[in-house]
Amino acid sequence: MFNLAKNTFKHGVHPPENKEETNRLPIRQFPFAPLIILPMQQHIGNPSQIIVREGQEVARGQLLAKANGYMSVPMHSPVSGKVRKIANVPVISGQMVQGIYLEPFPFSGQETIEGKPIPLSASPEEILRGIQDAGIVGLGGAAFPTHVKLKIPEGKKCEYLLINGIECEPYLTTDHRVMLEQADDIFMGIRYLLKATGAKEVVIGIEANKQDAADHLVGKIPQDLPVRVQVVPVKYPQGAEKMLITAIIGKEVPSGGLPIDVNTVVVNVATTAEIGRLLPHGQGIQERVITITGPAISKKGNYLIPIGTPLRYVLEQVGASKNISEVFMGGPMMGVSASSLDISIVKGTSGIVVFGDNDVKKTDKIYPCIKCGACVDACPIFLNPSKLGILAKFEAYDSMAEEYNLMDCFECGSCSYVCPSNIPLVQYFRLSKGIIRKRKANIQQKTNA
Amino acid sequence: MTILIALLTLGGLTLLLALMLTIANKKLYVYEDPRIDVVEGMLPHANCGACGYPGCRPFAEALVKGDMLPGKCTVSSEDGRNAIASYLGVDAGSEEKQVARLSCAGGLNVAINRAKYEGLGTCRAEALVSGGSKGCAWGCLGKGDCERVCDFDAISMNEFGLPVVDEAKCTACGDCVEVCPKDLFSLHPVSHRLWVACKSLEAGDAILDDCEVGCTACGKCAMDAPNLITMANNLPLIDYSKNHNTQVPIQRCPTGAIVWLENNGNVVKGVEAKKIIRKGKKMLGES
Repeated sequence: MFNLAKNTFKHGVHPPENKEETNRLPIRQFPFAPLIILPMQQHIGNPSQIIVREGQEVARGQLLAKANGYMSVPMHSPVSGKVRKIANVPVISGQMVQGIYLEPFPFSGQETIEGKPIPLSASPEEILRGIQDAGIVGLGGAAFPTHVKLKIPEGKKCEYLLINGIECEPYLTTDHRVMLEQADDIFMGIRYLLKATGAKEVVIGIEANKQDAADHLVGKIPQDLPVRVQVVPVKYPQGAEKMLITAIIGKEVPSGGLPIDVNTVVVNVATTAEIGRLLPHGQGIQERVITITGPAISKKGNYLIPIGTPLRYVLEQVGASKNISEVFMGGPMMGVSASSLDISIVKGTSGIVVFGDNDVKKTDKIYPCIKCGACVDACPIFLNPSKLGILAKFEAYDSMAEEYNLMDCFECGSCSYVCPSNIPLVQYFRLSKGIIRKRKANIQQKTNA
Repeated sequence: MTILIALLTLGGLTLLLALMLTIANKKLYVYEDPRIDVVEGMLPHANCGACGYPGCRPFAEALVKGDMLPGKCTVSSEDGRNAIASYLGVDAGSEEKQVARLSCAGGLNVAINRAKYEGLGTCRAEALVSGGSKGCAWGCLGKGDCERVCDFDAISMNEFGLPVVDEAKCTACGDCVEVCPKDLFSLHPVSHRLWVACKSLEAGDAILDDCEVGCTACGKCAMDAPNLITMANNLPLIDYSKNHNTQVPIQRCPTGAIVWLENNGNVVKGVEAKKIIRKGKKMLGES
């Protein structure tokens, strides 16, 4: 079962893990902030539609906004309180989107409104609708609506259900603690997922640095479930969907394809636990586990934080030092550095990593590419980042997309991490991908007109 | 003898091929209006695309065909357009000159940066990282993508990191409109002198923390010129189809977000607008 020699993907990098400071700390409940700021765009897709009005009193768990179409999820109130105003709120992308300012009642409690429970005997469609109604999105960071991902397209068959407990991002221990403390919820979630997808086999993928979580889960596996736990060697970016499939099933997802093309569905372990906890009570998602760590934090730990808690309040509570230099929402590899502390915790925030002035190496000069090939050796999907970087510099975007498959890049950051010339390759690629998508949309618009 | 054979063979072949080329030239000749070449020679060869055609030659073809009037070329001078018009015997057409206008006045002396950005030095790259360092989510990032993309040197960055458009040089090709990640540029006829230099959707004093010249959506301009200006999305919306040759709306603006742009590039603010005397960079928390 624990064969470490294979069971992984080719290439990848080994950044310092830095997980030992928080991986033994149990999940702790976070207090309610004096003001909760809830953006309506917390997921990929259409923003939720607000159904409350200013001045209205809401209870914890009450529906605040409904889903706007299929590619959208509703929002539930994380606290009992009063809607102070509906206005623009800042989000991590730097835009201002519509949102709700909620003022919690003093001494508001943890009790939550329950809705219509979704029993295990429900049909797959009912379970998918239940998942959408609970507002569940991928909690690993991408915040893609889970019910869309679980919907098996016509003519496709799902054989494997992969539960992603890899957590390859340095510093983060969110999934690690969830696996240790919420095993029952995870197996309940797996029951729902099995019903919804019709999968035959379930594999929980865990990296070797979380052996205790793997042992804990193996001991808890219910007799009637076709579940096995697979421990894989530590390597970044193993937690990426496509890498995980290669590591565990040994198949490669075709370029431009989805996991279902190799009969697989991948769900994050925290998302699974959330499904298992919320669906039997018909509740919506109100809080999530977030690792707060980094050299500039004095009270590091894993916290259960209400969605919408302002980042500034979170940093005050965990004792962030005065000279903060960088705040990463998500991990240091794929997370985004926040430009403002006025943003709030959203469903996709898996961790907050804070560095002080002395911990961050300031950007050096960008040197020319010496064609050492380190990035080619690191790229987990066998692209040529060196060539792509040169093309991006000369704005040869068409060539990047058509000849060098830029659009397959999922921006894991391995190439930038190993580059000895400090070339910001991933930033180049994100920029190029945005421009290529914009051009395609323009052409599409012109042909339609 | 050998020389003779070689000469005859090659000479005969030459004659045969020459004959074939001559026939092909006569038979397959495509008539092209000679005026196209002349008109193309009179166009500025900027190939900027402002006329809506991919370059100067297709535009010349359209001119000769009569689909377009020379006035559509905003790059050539008045004399150049008239020369083409008199050569083709058509009306020059009166296309009003358009220029690119910037909907932001938040230079470093009035707008704060919340964060310090390090990375690729272009606006588009900066906008990807959490929207960039500017406090205002809609404001100009000041890295000068528009200055670099402008083929006519019409855009220059001023000392506060804000692009300034030279109306005389601007040909309204639209490259700066395309490149700006915050969509701050738009093309307007030069006669549009009344201008809202802000794109912030924020209402009230919240914007003043980030930028001293932002629009607070107080609505005074809309009250003073009710037929001309309406408030939409917390911003004044000028209806340019009405008579907009008036400085009345700018007079009571408390921040100077709605301005009057003079011919020579001067920006006139209303009498009640807050005077900005700061010469250096505005710091976080400074009022």
